[in-house]
Amino acid sequence: MIEHELVIIGGGPAGLSAAYGAYQKGVKDILIVERDVRLGGILNQCIHNGFGLHRFKEELTGPEYAQRYLDLINETKVQIKSDTMVLDLTKDRIIHCISAKDGYQTIRGKAVILAMGCRERTRGAICIPGDRCAGIYTAGAAQKYCNIDGFLVGKKVLILGSGDIGLIMARRMVLEGSEVVADVELCPYSNGLNRNVVQCLEDYNIPLYLSHTVTEVIADEKNGRLKEVTISKVDENKKPIPGTEQHIECDTLLLSVGLIPENELSQNAEIEIDPRTKGPIVYDNLETSAPGIFACGNVLHVHDLVDFVSMEAERAGVNAAEFLQKGELTGPLVKVENHELVGYTVPQYIRKVDLDDGYVQIFFRVRAPMKNKRIVLTANGEELASFPRLNLAPAEMENVKIKKSKLKDVDMIGVSIQEMKK
Amino acid sequence: MRELICINCPRGCHLKVDEKTLTVTGNSCPRGKTYGISEVTNPVRVVTSTVKITGGDSPRVSVKTDKPISKGKIFDVMHLLDEVELKSPVNIGDVVLPNILGTDVNIVVTKKM
Repeated sequence: MIEHELVIIGGGPAGLSAAYGAYQKGVKDILIVERDVRLGGILNQCIHNGFGLHRFKEELTGPEYAQRYLDLINETKVQIKSDTMVLDLTKDRIIHCISAKDGYQTIRGKAVILAMGCRERTRGAICIPGDRCAGIYTAGAAQKYCNIDGFLVGKKVLILGSGDIGLIMARRMVLEGSEVVADVELCPYSNGLNRNVVQCLEDYNIPLYLSHTVTEVIADEKNGRLKEVTISKVDENKKPIPGTEQHIECDTLLLSVGLIPENELSQNAEIEIDPRTKGPIVYDNLETSAPGIFACGNVLHVHDLVDFVSMEAERAGVNAAEFLQKGELTGPLVKVENHELVGYTVPQYIRKVDLDDGYVQIFFRVRAPMKNKRIVLTANGEELASFPRLNLAPAEMENVKIKKSKLKDVDMIGVSIQEMKK
Repeated sequence: MRELICINCPRGCHLKVDEKTLTVTGNSCPRGKTYGISEVTNPVRVVTSTVKITGGDSPRVSVKTDKPISKGKIFDVMHLLDEVELKSPVNIGDVVLPNILGTDVNIVVTKKM
């Protein structure tokens, strides 16, 4: 068995940033295991700009952002095993992996960081009725075919879901000469960033049908390719309303209907998963329920900005370094609970250690768009802190900071959204 | 008065721009003001796309305009890119097409390949 101080599973933005964070903190024996031939993950196909404003204070495309981290990593002694698939992970941090070059190997990490990212929900995941035909893709798959492989997947496109990848692909398909007939969104609001609704749909006059969904797909019998999609309006319970059907001719349906953290390996390692985030339950140092195994990036909870993935992952790297240098942390816990209008929180628990030192950052998403509210942290029936917000939206991850010293007499804090004080 | 959502960064500030006096409110940084004025006078966008490449690990390499260009010229930019064929190796920032469409905007590579 091969041994390393720190093994990172995944060489996308989270894995690269985690490696950089740990290396800066003095861990020199780091291995990144990546299943693709290239590092950088999804950034390689995200050729649009808008990355890096928080982390690098400039606007970069995805490949440029990835290169920034690759340049940082290339100056270190971090080792890379690419084109290598991790098959299994155990709770005592043994990784089973396989590659054409090295065959089957087992690797033990004194610490492990999970950075496997997420994958797209498919037609099957949302049970779209109708014919099984060619021409139905997830938006990310279409993006890879277009931007990496140079294939355009269709000429007349309907997009289901208004997540960022769907919006970005709407513009991309139009620029490459396809017609995008509509973007159809189940919710009464867009699930992507506002800027993407403006510069991807409005700029190209692509209609956005809110509170609508696809209720039927019809194949062309001659060639087995999609020829028509039926869309219907939905009620407040997101159920299609009979009689509202519209038939739209198209040869391609792109799905941008959500992302799921890829936690099969975490489950193999018996790590506790939060049903709200579908990622591991973590402490404030991003350590999972398995000691010495940390999680960061989209495998932990789906982010909307890579900048925040990087910042979280660097923190996971630093914390893994501390675990290696100082040993396992123990201490009484503060449970973080999501209350009114808050969908989840990361972390789910805060350890009461070094309470005189620094702050804890809590990340979450709201359940619905809102204006002029306060984010309120409460404990023992009292307000610990409150943060005003002009706009809140499910598409935009929120975060608040609280001083650790405020947690001394607390064993649970609640995160809620409340009215502004008069 | 025009209501806009700033596209400079993912924050997406809700701007109000007075088209006569060109005053901007609702922005949280100077870029918002610049965007608001530009959007009602001469809207511009950075165009990102790909061009053909041989000898790399993929048949396409990503490129962008190094400055924003008038919205009305976006499809002209796309047509220019149809003709480009690069050979590996290329690096981030390499100029593929200089001063396109009579502007000071260049097409540059965004991926090392």
